[in-house]
Amino acid sequence: MALATRTDRHPSLVRVFWASTVGKKAVMAVSGLIMLGYLVAHVMGNLKIFFGPEEFNAYGHWLRTMGGPVLHEKWALWLVRVALLAAVLAHGVSAYQLSRRDLRARPVRYVHRRRRTSYATRTMRWGGVILALFIVWHLLDLTTLTVNPRGQEGHPYENVVATFSTWYGDVIYLVAMLAVGLHVRHGFWSAAQTLGAGNAARDRTLKVLANGLALVLTAGFVSVPVAVMTGVVS
Amino acid sequence: MNAPDRPAPTDRRPERPDVLPDFTDHRPDGIDFTGYRTGEPLGDTRAPDGPIAERWDRRRFEARLVSPANRRKHTVLVVGTGLAGGSAGATLAEQGYRVVQFCYQDSPRRAHSIAAQGGINAAKNYRNDGDSVHRLFYDTVKGGDFRARESNVHRLAQISVQIIDQCVAQGVPFAREYGGLLDTRSFGGVQVSRTFYARGQTGQQLLLGAYQALSRQIAAGRVEMHPRTEMLDLIVADGRARGIVARNLVTGEISTHFGDAVVLATGGYGNVFHLSTNAMNSNATAVWRAHRRGAWFANPCFTQIHPTCIPRTGDHQSKLTLMSESLRNDGRIWVPKAPGDDRAPADIPEDERDYYLERIYPSFGNLVPRDIASRAAKNVCDEGRGVGPGGQGVYLDFADAVRRMGRPAVERRYGNLFEMYERITAEDPYRVPMRIYPAVHYTMGGLWVDYDLRTTVPGLFAVGEANFSDHGANRLGASALMQGLADGYFVLPATLNDYLARAPRAEPPAPDHPAVREAVTVTEERLARLLAVGGDRTPDSFHRELGELMWEYCGMARSEAGLRTALARIPELRAEFWRRIRVPGTGDALNQSLEKANRVVDYLELAELMCLDALHRTESCGGHFREESQTPDGEAARDDASFSYAAAWEFTGTGVPPVLHREDLVFEYVHPTQRSYA
Amino acid sequence: MRLTLRVWRQPGADAPGAMATYEVEDISPDMSFLEMLDTLNEALILGGEEPVAFDHDCREGICGACGLVINGEAHGPERTTSCQLHMRSFRDGDTIDVEPWRASAFPVVRDLVVDRSAFDRIIQAGGYVSAPTGSAPEAHATPVPKADADSAFEHAECIGCGACVAACPNGAAMLFTSAKINHLRVLPQGVPERETRVLDMVAAMDAEGFGGCTLAGECATACPKGIPLPSIAAMNKEWLRAARKARR
Repeated sequence: MALATRTDRHPSLVRVFWASTVGKKAVMAVSGLIMLGYLVAHVMGNLKIFFGPEEFNAYGHWLRTMGGPVLHEKWALWLVRVALLAAVLAHGVSAYQLSRRDLRARPVRYVHRRRRTSYATRTMRWGGVILALFIVWHLLDLTTLTVNPRGQEGHPYENVVATFSTWYGDVIYLVAMLAVGLHVRHGFWSAAQTLGAGNAARDRTLKVLANGLALVLTAGFVSVPVAVMTGVVS
Repeated sequence: MNAPDRPAPTDRRPERPDVLPDFTDHRPDGIDFTGYRTGEPLGDTRAPDGPIAERWDRRRFEARLVSPANRRKHTVLVVGTGLAGGSAGATLAEQGYRVVQFCYQDSPRRAHSIAAQGGINAAKNYRNDGDSVHRLFYDTVKGGDFRARESNVHRLAQISVQIIDQCVAQGVPFAREYGGLLDTRSFGGVQVSRTFYARGQTGQQLLLGAYQALSRQIAAGRVEMHPRTEMLDLIVADGRARGIVARNLVTGEISTHFGDAVVLATGGYGNVFHLSTNAMNSNATAVWRAHRRGAWFANPCFTQIHPTCIPRTGDHQSKLTLMSESLRNDGRIWVPKAPGDDRAPADIPEDERDYYLERIYPSFGNLVPRDIASRAAKNVCDEGRGVGPGGQGVYLDFADAVRRMGRPAVERRYGNLFEMYERITAEDPYRVPMRIYPAVHYTMGGLWVDYDLRTTVPGLFAVGEANFSDHGANRLGASALMQGLADGYFVLPATLNDYLARAPRAEPPAPDHPAVREAVTVTEERLARLLAVGGDRTPDSFHRELGELMWEYCGMARSEAGLRTALARIPELRAEFWRRIRVPGTGDALNQSLEKANRVVDYLELAELMCLDALHRTESCGGHFREESQTPDGEAARDDASFSYAAAWEFTGTGVPPVLHREDLVFEYVHPTQRSYA
Repeated sequence: MRLTLRVWRQPGADAPGAMATYEVEDISPDMSFLEMLDTLNEALILGGEEPVAFDHDCREGICGACGLVINGEAHGPERTTSCQLHMRSFRDGDTIDVEPWRASAFPVVRDLVVDRSAFDRIIQAGGYVSAPTGSAPEAHATPVPKADADSAFEHAECIGCGACVAACPNGAAMLFTSAKINHLRVLPQGVPERETRVLDMVAAMDAEGFGGCTLAGECATACPKGIPLPSIAAMNKEWLRAARKARR
């Protein structure tokens, strides 16, 4: 007598993913990778500041008109913004829910404390919060120009220089970029594991790649305020 | 530590003098425990006759069946979740019975079958080296020194083949060859390569297979699993085993469970010796309580001393660790030729070493059966040639194997065993020879069962190491796993049908049935008494003392004088136990001292029966070596004229002489010869 | 050796607990950690106190019953089980902290004993091959490449002790669950049920209240059987594959 010990089921894919820790982590990984891809493009754009105001401002202008003439002005930009917003929300909400779950799963700490895990691993949560706050400031500063000391539309080069000419602008930016480096360092490797790309043979390569990406991104982003502070860009 | 603060368990469970539980001896004056009476002989009424190879088929055909639709109306209680219990529970549930299963561990996955290292025998003849069902049957009967029942052993050999198929289908990751086929190796006592293995963790992998099958049935609601629950008594109502009394080890709650049959799969009783390779909590309570309720106990003196264990390091020793016998395939056993030679092993030149197994048994060499290897080790140590602390050890040397096969090959085969050895002893066996010494490992004796695995209590079955059936006086390596799984997967599911189909359907006994009340009361009283004594000795101190006594007088070599000494001391120790035991805490919470003390009570009774059985069997056979019965060159001398029987003992009271029932063993296919491994 | 022990004492599941301090003397370096605790317990019983409750059984490192957090590390400083840890790993005069596994899915039962039945329920959700007794084909009917058999074995070695959960900062059971999934996934016998197995076992793991994986790697470091961290990635991959297929 064969015994049916399993049942059939056909839930929706979204439901299957969102209901599971493994699925939710996959959502985090994919949204994180989307943002990482954006950061890579972003840092390349930033580096154009070293070629002078004309080139940098022209690049800023192009961002608004890219996709044209097929797309109307800013359409492409908004498409990117919507995609990014979705990624940020998916990343943030799943991070929040997973973190809550993790904290609930381990409510009592050991009396005997000892150093656990690497710095990058332990700072994922706070690093993420810092980055979220930074993004808000960053948008208010250089996108809406609400808090920018200069705030002249169409002149991103001058606005950037203005921000990095203030001490707090430099401090906020430098702290945030260090957080980006740490976050990417563990996040990229972690995302690879979550998406099942990791195996014993590939892990070394993945770790080197994660460290490399983190270093290049941080160095690229940080070079701009440093250049402003040292007067290379003014 | 704080000042003594006497716990007050008596407040909760007042002593009731009007009920006199059967704890202490009430032996009539002037009667010695050795004054046993001989009762009616015992026959195995279930085994069909005819050609031995057809008996199992015939028995299965003649057995009545329970129709699939009716099976769910039958409840079977299974105690224990090792290889035998786990496989039985899973299979019975799969067949459609309602199974209620118990284990004292926190999970059914932890039963001590998990610790078996070496492998499992099967007559597959994949090596084309002349193996067959008949040869496995022959080897097992001969290895058991002609004290096992032929029909049982033949069935075991037949079923061995199916076990491997079943386990592979479950996903047991046996070792494989590069061609993808199963690898085998040879094992102590045989000359064919029929042992299937999963590195040094065969028991673990087979048990996890059974555990997973059981888990599937638990999920399906067919098995109701009670972990951390220990059986403390058997309920025999109106002549049939109908239930058990169990204690929830976490809450202390005493509960009763009823069924149409009870299956004991509770393993062996090696822990009577305190130091053994058994798990710390392996115990004899279930079989001993069943024995007290009418299940006869067969061949209790047949205990196996395993030759390759790690020697003890001191009085703190809590258990002994076995090293797989497979080590003897490539390791060479030796001691110095001169007594008292305390040079480091590397400093002893080749011609001053005595490779004594190779010398005495040239054709089997280091692969002689366990009992012979163990006794030889004892002999050389008794001659003062033992090595290591206290001279209680012999060398197991891999230097030649490393030279011959290269270190990587040795590492592949034995790496995890070497690691385990090094972890325990802090010595590197690649450089310094291992030290080994025999230790109690397995008990061939157990509850008497017939061909159908029925005990003498109707409705009570015993499977695996808990029964006595298949190994005679000595078990061959890699046969315990085979027997446990044969009983659980294949034999019991076939024979239980017949019992259930024939037994009259009856409602479970009511809670106020006298048998139920009595069993519960005795259990509660005993626990209350243990808590109430408040003496000055711990349960472990009694266990240790009993174990030392048994090892000394009922261990590797037994003599009439020694056994009589033990038989005189055990009742004294039992009396002292009830006077001086100290169990802190209460009975209504997790109380590991109480669990331990309660088990020691049963060891103190079982030990006495083991000594009596050893005393009455004046021959040497298998694991039972009587100093009075040896050949001129010091080998065990069997006495087939007087002792070609299984001794089944009937309980008559604590400390009261039991009744001996003999089951004569008939050998039609394998004719008893003096075992020779020379 | 003479040691100071600080041990978590908690009389019952709902009772409050605290660290209690004991001095133990005459400890031999050849003792196992549990034999050292036995020594303490014998003294406690004779001194009128209740002994420290801890789970243990085979004391050979294979049953998975024992599990102590020793000086903040699951199973202590060596890569083995608590029962196979020997006192030679400590120094005379040391102070040793002994705590139970900590995870909400492993509630404390008493002292150092925790309830790990959540692991059983994860296995019950699908950690098996449906192979009713008697239905098996001849064992050699399906050859299994040696590499696959070895890989299956490597994962099947898990003893279910729970050290991975105890060590994980999130109390996650990913390493345990992945070990069983990877054991059965690589064998041809386990393939027919691979999708339901991973989906159901991961769902059961979540339902038990274990945390999620943040790839801290503590589990693999603590595992006495050396189940490797990439097992988790392999399980994730298996889950993603199954989730995609389950939609069809």
